[in-house]
Amino acid sequence: MKLKTLMMGAVTASAVLVAGSALAADTIKIGSVLSITGPASFLGDPEDKTLKMYVEKINAEGGVNGKQLELVVYDDAGDANNAKTFATRLVEEDKVVAIVGGSTTGTTMAMIPVFEDAELPFISLAGAVVIIDPVKKWVFKTPHTDKMACQKIFEDMKAKGISKIGMISGTGGFGKSMQAQCKGVAPDYGIEVLADETYGPKDSDMTPQLTNIKGTAGLQAVLNPGFGQGPAIVTRNYKQLGIELPLYQSHGVASKSFIDLAADAAEGVRLPAAALLVADKLDDADPQKAVVTGYKAMYEEKSGQAVSTFGGHAFDGLFILTDAMKRAGSEEPAAVRDEIEKTTGFMGTAGVVNMSATDHLGLDLTAFRMLEIKGGDWMLAK
Amino acid sequence: MAFLKGKYGVLLAIAIIVLILPVAFPSNYYFRIATLVWISALAVIGLNLLMGYAGQVSLGHAGFFGMGAYAVAVGPTHLGIPPVASALLGAASAGLLAFVVGRPILKLRGHYLAVATLGMGILVAMVLNNEAQWTGGPDGMPVSRLVLFGFKVKGPVMWYWITAGFLFVGAWLALNLVDSPLGRALRALHDSETAARVGGIDVARHKLIVFVISAVYAAVAGSLLAFFDGLVTPNTAGFLHSIQLVTMVVLGGMGSILGSLVGAAVLVTLPQALTVFHDYEHLMLGLMMMLFMIFLRRGIVPTLRDRIAGRVQ
Repeated sequence: MKLKTLMMGAVTASAVLVAGSALAADTIKIGSVLSITGPASFLGDPEDKTLKMYVEKINAEGGVNGKQLELVVYDDAGDANNAKTFATRLVEEDKVVAIVGGSTTGTTMAMIPVFEDAELPFISLAGAVVIIDPVKKWVFKTPHTDKMACQKIFEDMKAKGISKIGMISGTGGFGKSMQAQCKGVAPDYGIEVLADETYGPKDSDMTPQLTNIKGTAGLQAVLNPGFGQGPAIVTRNYKQLGIELPLYQSHGVASKSFIDLAADAAEGVRLPAAALLVADKLDDADPQKAVVTGYKAMYEEKSGQAVSTFGGHAFDGLFILTDAMKRAGSEEPAAVRDEIEKTTGFMGTAGVVNMSATDHLGLDLTAFRMLEIKGGDWMLAK
Repeated sequence: MAFLKGKYGVLLAIAIIVLILPVAFPSNYYFRIATLVWISALAVIGLNLLMGYAGQVSLGHAGFFGMGAYAVAVGPTHLGIPPVASALLGAASAGLLAFVVGRPILKLRGHYLAVATLGMGILVAMVLNNEAQWTGGPDGMPVSRLVLFGFKVKGPVMWYWITAGFLFVGAWLALNLVDSPLGRALRALHDSETAARVGGIDVARHKLIVFVISAVYAAVAGSLLAFFDGLVTPNTAGFLHSIQLVTMVVLGGMGSILGSLVGAAVLVTLPQALTVFHDYEHLMLGLMMMLFMIFLRRGIVPTLRDRIAGRVQ
C-alpha cells in the first residue's frame, strides 16, 4: 500500500509539472539529454551548467523571437539505453522543437534515430566523427573531431621536421578512436608510427610501455592520445624514465587538472586545444577573443569552477540553434534545421563555424591552437 | 490477492496487466518504458530462479545479458549470421559459458558462485570494451533492424507486444519449472543442502541446471534489448547492470515470479518519475530503496501478499 501511495505521489507531482509547463504557451521548448552524473560527468556537468546559465541569460534579455526559452534537461548517467528513453520522452512528452545534447558518442548514436524519426534538429556535443559522417539530415555537432586533432599535431610535427614517432594510447573510447584516426592520417603528413603501445583506462603505471618506446631506435617524438588521468601518469613516467623526445598530448587533457596531476613533468608538453584554454593570452586582435573571454568570465563567475572546453561545446550548440531560430523567424523544426545548415561565420568557443549541406560540423583546423605547457600554465606554442 | 499464489493466477495477472496498460498509454514514450520493463523482468525472472530457488547469487548476470545483446549486433554485421539465429547462438553461448563457469564452482558449498560470476561479468565487459574491431569498443555498435518474414519490426508499440509475449512465455516456463521435480529439489536444497543431499538430490547438478537456465534468460533479454534499441554499448554488460538486476530480484521478492516483474517495473519507472526532483533525484531514489527494504523486507510482492492475506483472515 505504501508503494501505491508513493507512486501516486510521484505521478501527481509529474502531472502538476507537465500541466504547469503547458500553460506557458509562448515559450520555445528546447530539450537536452546529458551525462550529468556517472563516468562521463566531466562532460555533462559543465554542459548542463552552461546551458542553464545561458538560457537564463537569453530569457532575461528578451528571449528568442520575442518568446522565452524553456529548457528541459535529463541526465542519462552516461548510459545509451537511458539516453534513448529520455530522447523519446523529449519528443513524445515534452514536445521539444530542438535538441542540444548528447555528451558521449554512445549516447548520441542511441538518440539519433529517435530525433530523425521525429524530424527535429539535434546538435550533438560529442566528439566522434561518425555522428556527422555520413551526413544525417537532422544531426549536427559542435566539438572538433579527433581526426582534426591528429592533423593539427602532425602539422606541428611536420613543421619541426619530425617524421618518425611512437604512440602510447589509452584504450578508453576517446584514446581508442583517436589512435585509429591518427594512424589513418599519419601517412598524409609523411609520418611513420614506429612504436604503438596501449594502456587501460585504470592503469596506474605505464613504465613498461614507455620503456619499449624508449628502446625503439630512431623515434623523434611521442604522441599520447588519451583522456582522464592516464595521460598524466604517462607524462610523469615519461619524465621519470628520462625520455628526452618531445611529448605530444591530445586535446583530451585540455583541463587544468592535467597540469596539476602531472606537475613538473608537464613542462614542455605540446597539445592541440580550443582557444578557450588560453582565452586571456590571445591577441587582442584575435577575432575569437571576445567570445572566449566572455564565456570564460560568465562560466567561472556563475559556477565557481574553472572553465573547460566541454561546456564551451554546449555554448556553441545553444547559440548556433538560437541564431538559426532568429534567422528563420520561427521555431518550426524544419525551418530551423535549414537555417542551422546555413550557419556561416559563427564565432564560437571552438572556432569559426561554417556549415553546409555536406558538412554538419563546419570547423577547420584553425579551430585548434597548438599549446605548450610552460611554468605550470598553457602558453600558445611558437 | 490470494489468487496470485497459484500458477495460473500469476500468468493471468501478467496477461491482464499487459492487455490493459496500452489503453492508458498516451504516447510511444510509455510503450518504450513498458517494453524496457518487460525486457528487464525477463532477465530478472531467470536470475530469481537462481537466487530465490537455488539460493545462489550471480553478480555477473549482465555479462550473459551483454552476450545476448552483442550476439545480435556482431552476428549479422561481421559473420553474416541471420539475426534470429544470432540470438539463438547468443543464448546458447551464454548457457555454455554458465556451464563452464558453474560446473567446478557449484560443487563447492557457499557463495563461491557470486565471486566467480563477478569476475566473469567483468571479463565479458572488458572484452566488449577492448575488442573494438568486433564490438565497436566503448561507444558500442549499431544493430540492424529485425526483419521477420519480410516485415520490418519497428517502433515501441510492436516491441511492446513482442517483449510482452517473451515475458509471458518466460514466466510460464519458470512457473512450470518451479512446479517440477527440479523445482521441488531446488527448494529442498535451498532450505537445507545437507537434508537435500540425504534425500538423494544431486545438489551440484541441480544448481548448475538452474544457473544455465538463468543465463539463457538473461541472454534472450539482452538480444531483445539490442533489437529494440538498435544499438548496443558495453554498459549493458557492466557491473552496475548486474547489481541492478540483483536489486530488482531482492526488491520484488526472492522466489516470486510476479515479484520479478514488480521489481523490474519499480527500478525502471522510478528514475523516470523522479526526474521531477532534478538535483535530488538520486537522493530520492536512495531514500525510496531504503524505505522499501525497511518496510518490505522480504521484497514487495511476498510481504504485501502475506500482509493482505493476514488481514483477510
